Amino acid sequence: MEEERHTEAKIGAETGRGSSPRGPGCSLRHFACEQNLLSRPDGSASFLQGVAEKNRERLIRNTCEAVVLGTLHPRTSITVVLQVVSDAGSLLACCLNAACMALVDAGVPMRALFCGVTCALDSDGTLVLDPTSKREKEARAVLTFALDNVERKLLMSSTKGLFSDAELQQCLAAAQAASQHVFRFYRESLQRRYSKS
Amino acid sequence: MAAGFKTVEPLEYYRRFLKENCRPDGRELGEFRTTTVNIGSISTADGSALVKLGNTTVICGVKAEFAAPPTDAPDKGYVVPNVDLPPLCSSRFRSGPPGEEAQVASQFIADVIENSQIIQKEDLCISPGKLAWVLYCDLICLDYDGNILDACTFALLAALKNVQLPEVTINGETALAEVNLKKKSYLNIRTHPVATSFAVFDDTLLIVDPTGEEEHLATGTLTIVMDEEGKLCCLHKPGGSGLTGAKLQDCMSRAVTRHKEVKKLMDEVIKSIKPK
Repeated sequence: MEEERHTEAKIGAETGRGSSPRGPGCSLRHFACEQNLLSRPDGSASFLQGVAEKNRERLIRNTCEAVVLGTLHPRTSITVVLQVVSDAGSLLACCLNAACMALVDAGVPMRALFCGVTCALDSDGTLVLDPTSKREKEARAVLTFALDNVERKLLMSSTKGLFSDAELQQCLAAAQAASQHVFRFYRESLQRRYSKS
Repeated sequence: MAAGFKTVEPLEYYRRFLKENCRPDGRELGEFRTTTVNIGSISTADGSALVKLGNTTVICGVKAEFAAPPTDAPDKGYVVPNVDLPPLCSSRFRSGPPGEEAQVASQFIADVIENSQIIQKEDLCISPGKLAWVLYCDLICLDYDGNILDACTFALLAALKNVQLPEVTINGETALAEVNLKKKSYLNIRTHPVATSFAVFDDTLLIVDPTGEEEHLATGTLTIVMDEEGKLCCLHKPGGSGLTGAKLQDCMSRAVTRHKEVKKLMDEVIKSIKPK
């Protein structure tokens, strides 16, 4: 097992990229990247990766801070740890949903629940909700929104690419409609969990 | 008496003003601070601009150097922005590696450059696969009084409009690059992205161009980057209180007006520069 890991690191160093030769599982790819850093530090690649993660962390943190009733727990630190098991597109939205469910599971008092929805706009203007990684790469614009469940207000937005004001309103309306399904899923899964015990 | 109240209850002090639809510095809720721009002040840089938004001051310097183009895009150059928030601009920053706010601002500017396609990266290529320009855009904040993102975007745009690149030819025999400093040309700036920032108060009120104190008291912020066709390059809302679709529409219309103001100011400044 140790030799296998070492070989993978060697392959990574020769090609200069952290791509895994086997399987689409993201956990394997991530592992190879880490080894790559140790054996042949490719400064720019690691820096870029770090900043993207930091940005995502900041967006999730700010969204949680807006809904969590922090004043009920003074001098307390709430740590939310998110581990990516597999990434098939719409990663930020998935992280937001996971964070919200985790906070509910922990019993942290919140003023509203929130959910993440991703929209991708194609070059001809078609709207696709919850796009796959391939669709995201080919899209002209990718918009991720975090909406609350009380009045469907916009809590967080992160956009990539160029889009018009009308398209923004269209995406926002579609995201608000989609968030209904996500909140219904939250309610059903929580009901199932608490009805058992 | 007022100063005492302001120290003890800053939010209440502020609400008294907001009830009258104005702010402590006399501005209305939708009014920007006085914007001034100075282009070409740094002679050692290939392009520079100084922008003042009230007290907030940001200076941008652009340096052009040679580099090998990336292997996956051999006909493209690079634009590398970096925002620096040194301790001299505000007491909240310490010296050392860039803090979170500086990294966030750098990432924001990089996103604006990427999304708006302000410069076609293919224009920066000199010889495909061998040589390309890399533009290092350094934005340094000299005085931090809120709304740093708007000031940085404007400074970057003005500095890029001021950049003059010399003509480069590849010598066929020696395969070396020859730079002709006497023949310089301006960059082809395709779009003009302008940022408009808002602060959200008590989940309902939106104010434009927040100062440092207002940012501190706000419950959320929103930044919209728009180009001249009304297309959005970036809708940056990093958490904070929620906004309805109607409020978002109001912000859009304010952003459109702001774009016209900024474009007019920049055109005036560029026209007034005497050719070198």
